Amino acid sequence: MAFKLDSKIPAGELAQKWSNHKAAIKVVSPANKRKLDIIVVGTGLGGASAAASLGELGYNVKVFCIQDSPRRAHSIAAQGGINAAKNYQNDNDSVYRLFYDTIKGGDYRAREANVYRLAEVSNLIIDQCVAQGVPFAREYGGLLANRSFGGAQVSRTFYARGQTGQQLLLGAYAALNKEIAAGSVKSYTRHEMLDIVIEDGEAKGIIARNLVTGEIERHGAHAVVIATGGYGNVFFLSTNAMASNGSAAFQCYRKGAGFANPCFTQIHPTCIPVHGTQQSKLTLMSESLRNDGRIWVPKKLEDVEALRKGTLKPSQIAEEDRDYYLERRYPAFGNLVPRDVASRAAKERCDAGYGVNETGLAVFLDFKTAIERLGKDVIKQRYGNLFDMYKEITDVNPYDEPMQIFPAVHYTMGGIWVDYNLMTTIPGLYAIGEANFSDHGANRLGASALMQGLADGYFVLPYTIGDYLSKKIQAPKVATDTPAFDEAEKAVKEKIEKLLSINGTQSVDDIHKRLGLIMWDNVGMARTKESLEKAIVEIQALRKEFWSDVKVVGTANSFNVELEKALRLVDFLELGELMARDALNREESCGGHFRSEHQTEEGEALRHDDKFAYASVWEYKGENEVPELTKEPLDYEFTHRAQRNYKD
Amino acid sequence: MNFTLKIWRQKDAQSKGAFKEYKVENVSSDTSFLEMLDILNNDLVHKGEEPVAFDHDCREGICGMCSLHIDGHAHGPSQAVTTCQIYMRQFKDGATITIEPWRSAAFPVIKDLVVNRSAYDQILQAGGFVSVRTNSVPDGNAIPIPKADADESMDAAACVGCGACAATCKNGSAMLFVAARVSSLAKLPQGRVEGARRAKAMVAKMDELGFGNCTNTGACQAECPKQISIAHIARLNREFLAAKLKD
Amino acid sequence: MGCFLTNSSLGRKLVMSISGCFLVLFILFHMSMNVVAIFSAEAYNMICGFLGASWYALAGTAVLALGVFVHFAYAFWLTWQNRKARGNVRYAVTVTEKGVSWASKNMLLLGVIVILGLALHLSHFWAKMQLVELLGHHENNLGLEPTDGAALIKYTFSQWYNVLLYLVWFAALWLHLTHGVWSMLQTAGWANDTWYPRLKCISGIVATLIFGGFAVVVVWFYLQTVCPCLAACGA
Repeated sequence: MAFKLDSKIPAGELAQKWSNHKAAIKVVSPANKRKLDIIVVGTGLGGASAAASLGELGYNVKVFCIQDSPRRAHSIAAQGGINAAKNYQNDNDSVYRLFYDTIKGGDYRAREANVYRLAEVSNLIIDQCVAQGVPFAREYGGLLANRSFGGAQVSRTFYARGQTGQQLLLGAYAALNKEIAAGSVKSYTRHEMLDIVIEDGEAKGIIARNLVTGEIERHGAHAVVIATGGYGNVFFLSTNAMASNGSAAFQCYRKGAGFANPCFTQIHPTCIPVHGTQQSKLTLMSESLRNDGRIWVPKKLEDVEALRKGTLKPSQIAEEDRDYYLERRYPAFGNLVPRDVASRAAKERCDAGYGVNETGLAVFLDFKTAIERLGKDVIKQRYGNLFDMYKEITDVNPYDEPMQIFPAVHYTMGGIWVDYNLMTTIPGLYAIGEANFSDHGANRLGASALMQGLADGYFVLPYTIGDYLSKKIQAPKVATDTPAFDEAEKAVKEKIEKLLSINGTQSVDDIHKRLGLIMWDNVGMARTKESLEKAIVEIQALRKEFWSDVKVVGTANSFNVELEKALRLVDFLELGELMARDALNREESCGGHFRSEHQTEEGEALRHDDKFAYASVWEYKGENEVPELTKEPLDYEFTHRAQRNYKD
Repeated sequence: MNFTLKIWRQKDAQSKGAFKEYKVENVSSDTSFLEMLDILNNDLVHKGEEPVAFDHDCREGICGMCSLHIDGHAHGPSQAVTTCQIYMRQFKDGATITIEPWRSAAFPVIKDLVVNRSAYDQILQAGGFVSVRTNSVPDGNAIPIPKADADESMDAAACVGCGACAATCKNGSAMLFVAARVSSLAKLPQGRVEGARRAKAMVAKMDELGFGNCTNTGACQAECPKQISIAHIARLNREFLAAKLKD
Repeated sequence: MGCFLTNSSLGRKLVMSISGCFLVLFILFHMSMNVVAIFSAEAYNMICGFLGASWYALAGTAVLALGVFVHFAYAFWLTWQNRKARGNVRYAVTVTEKGVSWASKNMLLLGVIVILGLALHLSHFWAKMQLVELLGHHENNLGLEPTDGAALIKYTFSQWYNVLLYLVWFAALWLHLTHGVWSMLQTAGWANDTWYPRLKCISGIVATLIFGGFAVVVVWFYLQTVCPCLAACGA
């Protein structure tokens, strides 16, 4: 049975939709809010801000995170900044321009109404965070400072040194702490959601594992909010944190929630290149570096050879022998083209043999011009901590020699399908932030992830959830001794027992690394029909191997990291296949999804709006069954779809 | 490179722990310290032994999850970095490296090298916030803040809550952590409003949780991965004493 | 408000800071007074007489004793709490962190040495001066007048082991003060990044001044017994 998708997008003018919608949806009275329970899973920007705001409204909130403190969620790692349409720089920015840049940046595969709402509330976020005591960068006049980011021609990114994500999360976490202290929110740290419980077709709670004791717990609620981020770690090597995973989202999918656009993966252009087989993760160098850094490879292949042999230093290559390929190909945006474009351009140069390190998988990010223009002190002030970090990792001083960078998996635009209210196809189940699919289309612009997480958590969900909960004011506390909870708990326990009993020969990481390679080689920056079909077959085989040959040591009732990793890998092994299937279905190139068969003569992504102007929403049919596709058409009423142009 | 590791193993909070020795061989010098532990753990899994439990997550030095007392130093021998940012090239080939969990009464060991740092959460819950509601706030530029104040606030806000300060302090004092939050908010007009209440509440919670008394050794700032200065402790002292004298 | 000086860690530290400050001021005064002995035995004895068994001197002594007691009692109390906060299991490997002085981590040990030195010093001087007066005697067990401090100094520091013990004592005091002086200002909240180098410099100067002032008297009088010609030019 295919989904009957109702995106619930309100009628009317684009700029009026959100106001109209807010006026139309129901609210819950304070007396009734006290009777309603909400579970929030995840404490990143989305989860923390949602839990805090919902607690503030008077709901009883339970918030779960796998780390030892809500503050550690991976939102914290965002470096560059957060966008808002404040127009403080007087550079003719506006809500419409932010909306348009985001829609265009997403290669016209996002919902217009959602994106406009995002742009609309972006300004509130800045006000909110300032009031919370987030120490944004300021100018000498005491007012907020801005910087530029990829995909925009205005300066609208607010930042707090190189740690914007951390500072925003500390703001949301502080708001959460305020509510925890007030008793409206109860925090469960080192707890992992292992299943969602559905009763009468509605979300009624979760099964969670206490990661310290191994105890399996039942938690009931009138609504469940998934804010568990993205699934980039399918690739094993990514810029995500080690424990970032797609399992909570995947359980929702298994229980009937639609999963949208799983193939839309963002490959971030400025990461430190892979250095060996023992590497555990990739480190991102902030996109803000592209404000002053220039990306290049040598023009001559003999220089490339000499670089690889170590007989030539990059700084010794003459200006005329350098190919600043982004400036050459995209004069209007130059080094500040969107991430997908920059990543593909790097891949194109490396494929052509111009990669500058031993593996041939790196390009230069050079600050020579900027240092000459602005002086070393200014550069140090702007990027000092990033430069230090780079030196720490690579042992190369970026003040003297250019950085080496290469694209790496960073963000997943795809996620659980949600309607305009952020509710999934399962009533009472919500998904916010990176965990949903709604706002970034096929490619996310820099400094927009923080914006979306906080927009959803502070300003959208607290309103829209009331529309559903207003129907639950007569509902009693959710009982957890029902057959649905029994069944879910039993299934979780059986899965854990099975994993512990296989006792094969390969560790969880061994298999995860192999999955990562399959994904990177076949479902990575460039995909073809053949590579995707190959990936599906290989992943299926690997999944079989996993279930017969994995070795998970330790016990179920204790702190057991191997078991945690195994449980997450189980889902990655299915998610990887889903991503490949979605990529196979989408016979066009758009944003982060590049099908080599579909490109312009200049090698740019070639969309087929006539056939693929939809969000693909997948329905789970069983572990070894082909999922069913439903299409949500993306009707563009207010913007004209064009071939993305960053050249002029 | 080859190393001998002396690692603290402890089954759970109730059990007694002890050091155990392990060898890791053929580690590339570009390997990070935690990747080196990954390699050890993968070997242990293959041997059917339980891997060493240690906290880590972002591996970029920002989440504050990783801990470890390495050869006598919180976050290892380098300055201004977290454990995840340490690379094996900083150790001598063939060295014996002693790895211990944070040791502080307020941070009980959960397993091996993993400790419970929820005390820090509790301190922040006592007052480490500005009491504003979502959406009832003025424009972001309504109150200009001198750049120097914003910068100083940011210096303090860089704290990642890893616990190195209390773990390294011979007095088990959490002053640097508490001071960082109090000071960061005290430097901003938004935080000033409830500054007195915050300082008193957070200090009271810190004391209640069994952290020690600061004796100004400065070990915390020396080991702090974010190089937070004890000047913030001086500010906390000021804030607290002023608040108390007004009572 | 009264109770925060006992039930809050910052309050307890403030007590340490204020009592420490008081003791530093006393020691500075004491040191200046001692130096007088080098130049003039009469002048020194005049000060001693002034500080004999009069009511104000006695009150001063009592306050001083209270200051020492509070500083010491709090030190033990804080240390006991700090050891408890550190937990039962200790690190197997410890190091001195960069920029951390040895003295700062061993203030209690240094304090104990200072107190032991003080006990010795009281038995040498106070017991033979103010106490004798209080008991109504006019001569101590050395056959000296209780107001003749200068003679007592001369006598005490003619013995080399006393000189040695006093120098050790002053060294401990010096170390204690290099950390203690700036630390008391830090605890009172009077410090910032600009002032740390200055405060530490001031601490060094105060500590060295005190050490020098005390040591020079001890050494001077010892040298007089070794080389009598010095005595001639001294007094």
